[in-house]
Amino acid sequence: MNYLIDIFLISLSAAIINNFIFYYFVGCCPFIGVSRRVDMAFGMGCAVTFVITIAAFLSWGITTMVLMPGAPLSSFIAGFFVSKESAATVDLIALSYIVYIFAIAFSVQFVEMYMRKFFPALYKSFGVFLPLITTNCAILFACLTIMSNVAGVENPADAWDLGRSLVFSFFGGVGFTIAIVIMAGIREELDLCDIPEPFKGAAITLIIGGIISLAFMGFTGVDSGIRNAITPVQEAAMLESVVPVQTAMVEPNLQQKIRGIND
Amino acid sequence: MADQPTASERFIQGILPENPVYRQLLGLCSTLAVTNGMKSAITMACSVAFVLICANVAISMIRDLLKPHLRIVVFTLIIAAFVTIADRVLAAYFYQMSKTLGPYIPLIIVNCIIICRCEVCASKQSVFIAASDALGQSLGFGLALSSIAVIREILGTGSLFGIHILPASWPDWVIMVLPPGAFITLGLLLGFVNWLAMRKSGGKI
Repeated sequence: MNYLIDIFLISLSAAIINNFIFYYFVGCCPFIGVSRRVDMAFGMGCAVTFVITIAAFLSWGITTMVLMPGAPLSSFIAGFFVSKESAATVDLIALSYIVYIFAIAFSVQFVEMYMRKFFPALYKSFGVFLPLITTNCAILFACLTIMSNVAGVENPADAWDLGRSLVFSFFGGVGFTIAIVIMAGIREELDLCDIPEPFKGAAITLIIGGIISLAFMGFTGVDSGIRNAITPVQEAAMLESVVPVQTAMVEPNLQQKIRGIND
Repeated sequence: MADQPTASERFIQGILPENPVYRQLLGLCSTLAVTNGMKSAITMACSVAFVLICANVAISMIRDLLKPHLRIVVFTLIIAAFVTIADRVLAAYFYQMSKTLGPYIPLIIVNCIIICRCEVCASKQSVFIAASDALGQSLGFGLALSSIAVIREILGTGSLFGIHILPASWPDWVIMVLPPGAFITLGLLLGFVNWLAMRKSGGKI
């Protein structure tokens, strides 16, 4: 039950409350550049959601198996060369950025080849966006967030498992799609408007983005509100079974970390 | 190579005529995310400058070895290596700042400015020209970041570099340091820069 609430709150937070574009500003380039027509924007959003989920799967696997301090695979391999004790402390986290970029490039390539072979119609509709996605910040951002929530937490029980990572990145992609489709819809109407000459193009897009972002700020606190509404029942049940209240809610930590920027 | 711009032309073009943020609209993620204070904006500009200069010089040195179909991969790997260095140095000497900037330092890897400069200049021209181009572009990026950050920090918190400069009666426009403020400030400044450019060239953007 606790796990389900956690999953629900992570998805809500990634898709709406802390929207990738309007809260973290990642993926602004396609937001400004591609979002001219609704169908193209939707195709781009689907492609990003698809790739981001695969990249999250890869990066979660790589982080837990290879990169993390004392990860099983790397310490197993290091065990052949050095003593058991020093092999257990192998820490490859410094390599993470290079590895993630590789993982993203690989998953984009893979998705492109797979789609061209098996879903030609789908490939036609959003295959053109796939090469652009390699340098989309949203994907790398999702990988980095997963890394900081797997390897960067102090309490090992707080670390995200595969389910949480996948849900976070999938709904992050959904949030990206929502944002880019809203923007494309507004921009289609904007073609009919009389905009001052210097503001045509990117400038008015940014200002509108600001206003939408203002609207999305209205969701701030919805997740903690829902959590407070649910937890009293939980805690009563918890107290009876005398289990230490081990709420695995990682979301507040993450939010605090990012909110630090706003201080 | 006769028609390629010279070193000084590259340097000057990067600062204003081809400013990466205002004229080319590149690297918007970091521009929007870190400009809520001058300190973080300047740290970000310095990290980007370091990565851009090193990557440009490195790629310019190996430009004759690059195969066309593999060049983007090579660019990305070189950039990722330098970003890792910058990130580690920041974490070692400016721990608080690296915590504040969080994921935006690693996101320099996918910053379009650097890949664009590698593609346009470093893979075609000599080391010295590539270095001056990188210097000009990073100065332009720093200028753009600080112009946004000054407005946002003064209006949002009444201070600059964390020091109060407006009277205490100033009602902090908190919205300016929150995400919407970033979008709106950049949009207005972009319109202003376009207007200046139009006036200079007589009606054409």
